[in-house]
Amino acid sequence: MLKVDGLRKRYGDLEVVRGVSLRVARGTCFGLLGPNGAGKTTTLRCCLGLTTPDSGTIELAGVPVPARAREARARVGVVPQFDNLDPDFTVTENLVMYGRYFGLSRRECEAQVERLLVFAGLGDKAKSPIESLSGGMKRRLTLARAMINDPQILFMDEPTTGLDPQARHLVWDRLKTLLTEGRTLILTTHFMDEAQRLCDRVAIMDKGVIIAEDAPHALIDREIEPAVIEVYGEGVEAWFENAGKRLAERSELAGDTAFCYCHDPAPLLKSLEGLGELRSLRRSANLEDVFLKLTGRDLRD
Amino acid sequence: MTDRDATLGALAQPPADRFRFVHVVHRNYLVWRQLLGSALVGHLADPLLWLVGFGFGIGSLLPTVGGLTYLEFLGSGMLCYSVMNSASFEALYSAFTRLKHQRTWEGILHAPMTVTDIVVGEWVWAALKGALSGAAILLVMAGLGLVKSFAALWLLPIMLLVGLAFSGIALVVTALAKSYDLFTYYFSLFVMPMMLVSGVFFPAEQLPAVVRIAGELLPLSHATALARGLAVGAPLDNVAMHLLVIAIYAALGLVFANNLIGKRLTK
Repeated sequence: MLKVDGLRKRYGDLEVVRGVSLRVARGTCFGLLGPNGAGKTTTLRCCLGLTTPDSGTIELAGVPVPARAREARARVGVVPQFDNLDPDFTVTENLVMYGRYFGLSRRECEAQVERLLVFAGLGDKAKSPIESLSGGMKRRLTLARAMINDPQILFMDEPTTGLDPQARHLVWDRLKTLLTEGRTLILTTHFMDEAQRLCDRVAIMDKGVIIAEDAPHALIDREIEPAVIEVYGEGVEAWFENAGKRLAERSELAGDTAFCYCHDPAPLLKSLEGLGELRSLRRSANLEDVFLKLTGRDLRD
Repeated sequence: MTDRDATLGALAQPPADRFRFVHVVHRNYLVWRQLLGSALVGHLADPLLWLVGFGFGIGSLLPTVGGLTYLEFLGSGMLCYSVMNSASFEALYSAFTRLKHQRTWEGILHAPMTVTDIVVGEWVWAALKGALSGAAILLVMAGLGLVKSFAALWLLPIMLLVGLAFSGIALVVTALAKSYDLFTYYFSLFVMPMMLVSGVFFPAEQLPAVVRIAGELLPLSHATALARGLAVGAPLDNVAMHLLVIAIYAALGLVFANNLIGKRLTK
């Protein structure tokens, strides 16, 4: 569905995308992860033909981009990072007007409104003005709007940023429905649990290049030890120097918390016994650990 | 192709015609229709107050201006002012809102539309709004008995062309704007001086040569010459030249706006 090879894009002195190649198979969900400024959004914009790369080739929905980008976009739905619903229109008018940009007739658009509103959980909001919707409702309406052309592929730039857990779960549920319908999803996100839950494959991007790509569980298995013990509290530094560092296969003291990665957590847990002032948390490794290992803990903005 | 492919994306036929920009005009029309009341008051009240206030007020003090009563003179000037003002406001403030704050153009670009579709749509829409404002002034002038012949109907397509000239220029300014502040400068430093040298309120003939020539290089003086000739029967010559100057501004405005807005939206 999407093939990208050797994509590069420079803004002034800064090359924000430095040789990105990726493949997204039909009917799968692909997640592009990375810290702020990693080049995720620029990569997506290139794929949609909204900006012209300096070099590299892109094929989206079977046609070359940007050469035939308009044709490709006719088969694609886009959920942008920032809300751009039309505030002067009602919910229904937003859907109908957007369909018109795809060359659909008014009747074709109106025929779909009810189905799309039910899909988005906005069945009773058909005539509501946009300003009366909550953030979660707006997001769902944007998703419904992106479906007006019955797209084969959906591009979503941070689809659940700013949503509360209820709204986020509803969006996830809808995205899973789209996957079972055979559509292809491409999303960027900062939420590792979102990526782990939805994506068949994820690519971690940093400083304009993809530094790791695989299925989420495969990345976790490959990149990181299965058990994690986090320790914090008074005296954590001493414990880390004397025991933590030695007993863990990989370890890190970040701020006031020690992160210890290992296969067998028993010796570490034993070393904490009797140290009442230290608090500890034992958990399994997740995609966030992989992400932080590969991209570091430094703030990016 | 599997069966699933055949159903997915069945609606995926991009509009291939050259008139996709009509969707942008249509969108703006639908919004305008909702706000009809305030839109009409805004675009009519202002020039009408000028016309009635100055026309009767100053008009009663003046004998004639170039063979016309002052009301006739000012009416034809106000008509052009109205087209210019209305088209400029739309292509500056409203278009900038759609560009930056509402991200409307970004949304349209995610559909199979192009930057040129958007720019042409906005260009035509703002010109239509300008022409509508001008037509309303023409109607009032006819009601006051100022319109001398049916030749005034030629002003309808001409006002559209004048609207295209000013919406084109304004869209260039919008493309360059970082905030609404730039538009205040545009009105104060470009539109107002242009009005003073283009024969809207008083004839330009008695102005110093350099100022007069500056006025003749700008589109508004050509619009007022045409309006004065066609609406109130002032002597009219060089029609082709007047039309050509206005058309050049319209075309150049479109080309530059398309280029600059393209750079801004697809960087």
